[in-house]
Amino acid sequence: MLLLALDTATPAVTVALHDGARVVAESTTVDARRHTELLIPAVLDALAEAGADRRDVTEIAVGVGPGPFTGLRVGLAAATTWGAALDLPVRGVCSLDVIAYEVVRSGSAGAQPFAVATDARRREVYWATYDAAGQRTDGPHVGPPLTPDEHVGTMLAALPAAGAGARLYPAAFAQVVEPEYPSAAVLATAVAASAVEIVEPQPLYLRRPDVTVTTGRKSVLGSASTGSASTGSAQSGRRQR
Amino acid sequence: MSVADDPLILGIETSCDETGVGLVRGTTLLANAVASSVDEHARFGGVVPEVASRAHLQAITPTLRRALDEAGVRLTDVDAVAVTAGPGLAGALMVGVSAAKALAVAIDKPLYGVNHLVGHVAAEQLENGRLTEPVVALLVSGGHTEILEVTDIATAAELLGQTLDDAAGEAFDKVARLLDLPYPGGPHIQRAAATGDPTAIRFPRGLTSQRDMERHRYNFSFSGLKTAVARWVESAQRDGAPVPVDDVAAAFQESVADVLTRKAVLACQERGITTMVLAGGVAANARIRDLTRERCAAAGIALRQPRLSLCTDNGAMIAALGAAVVERGLPPSSIDFGADSSLPVTEVLVR
Repeated sequence: MLLLALDTATPAVTVALHDGARVVAESTTVDARRHTELLIPAVLDALAEAGADRRDVTEIAVGVGPGPFTGLRVGLAAATTWGAALDLPVRGVCSLDVIAYEVVRSGSAGAQPFAVATDARRREVYWATYDAAGQRTDGPHVGPPLTPDEHVGTMLAALPAAGAGARLYPAAFAQVVEPEYPSAAVLATAVAASAVEIVEPQPLYLRRPDVTVTTGRKSVLGSASTGSASTGSAQSGRRQR
Repeated sequence: MSVADDPLILGIETSCDETGVGLVRGTTLLANAVASSVDEHARFGGVVPEVASRAHLQAITPTLRRALDEAGVRLTDVDAVAVTAGPGLAGALMVGVSAAKALAVAIDKPLYGVNHLVGHVAAEQLENGRLTEPVVALLVSGGHTEILEVTDIATAAELLGQTLDDAAGEAFDKVARLLDLPYPGGPHIQRAAATGDPTAIRFPRGLTSQRDMERHRYNFSFSGLKTAVARWVESAQRDGAPVPVDDVAAAFQESVADVLTRKAVLACQERGITTMVLAGGVAANARIRDLTRERCAAAGIALRQPRLSLCTDNGAMIAALGAAVVERGLPPSSIDFGADSSLPVTEVLVR
């Protein structure tokens, strides 16, 4: 077997190949704005490094997020299209679970419950909590990291946390631990060992698209932009269905 | 006409709200599968980029399968993949580019990242056979309003003029909203205009004054027209008069059709070009089609126009441009190219 694993749910573009026994190639590049450019060249490089042909790939594993939308879709579009083209199985894994699997394997949080938090932008994190064995106990959710009165803040504040969200908001967590980003090598290892929950290769957005429902005539003369809906909360409008 | 041994090109288009996968051999259309998210945008009165991008990801593999079924071919038969690299909505483009790269690598075939605007012109080759360049192309859609000069469909295109503000299709949407007509506005304006008098109201013709014709000879502006319609409607309402929706629609449509066709014909005449291609979703408008035909005929210009399903955004037009590029023996795009939301029309094929 040759498992191609990839994740683009965070600023890290990470790919790996696993032959059933071990990881035979891996690479991770952190560049939040170049997922489209970097992903497939990284896959080709990994194949070359492993001395494998692209036709040797027998299955695909892909991180399904949660993650900022545009980058997340790059990995999912590639994985699902590749899978559809050659009729290969495509296995989705929550990207936070990949980080959690590495926390447990490396012992970075000690033998205790922990959290994983990644950057959701807009001063929020995507987060989930895990028991000492790495089983997810809550989440994935999206929310602000710094509100002690809220369920999110109170519970997270007591836990060591991995992921870039923990680094961004260290005051919200008991301790910041490794790793910062999901690794496709870890994803591949976890999938090959059947050690993570497999889900459909569908994106975990956790947020609805931000749009304002237009309110008829007023928006034509009254607002600067109506060609594409603008960011903000949805208003009730005549055209709302 | 093409022959059976022309290379089989698969084209992918995701620059706006249509997920398109097409299959083409030479200038022969084999499949044109399109999934549109237009209904999801209707309640927002315009295309919402994030909604469009999400829809592309959901639609891309089903649309790919549908295109292959329609053409009765297998992926192993495909000789090359072409994809819209830009211009368009960045997040939407990325879904198509990422999918196309994975597809090309998976089936081990070359990948060509091509220009969406030139693709609209190439679509015409699927309708009436090979173009005889140079041609002037008038592209009108919800996102684009441009006059192009294409001297070689695979390598050389130039932007002669474009809208400085709203695309023509956007103007239709906004005026439809003013008149309480549904989104997308084009078909509803046309229906209302059918019983209206286009001369009942004289709406302005954007950028056609003598001074504007010096600085913006082939450019368009529809924002002032939209405002003029809004003022007219509001003033009628203030006076307590019923708004003659059909007359307003007809007069507005006449203004758009007049400016578009006048400037496109002028471009042909001044550049000494005798063929015009009319494309883009707004080319579905009967008044724009009729006036273009009429004015081209009067000016001795041959008008070429693909059927409507090839006018709106689709994957077959991208495959058609890919076929032209492959036929010319041009090298594939480098695998590390990205989506370019403002890709200039001069870049027919990205490196």
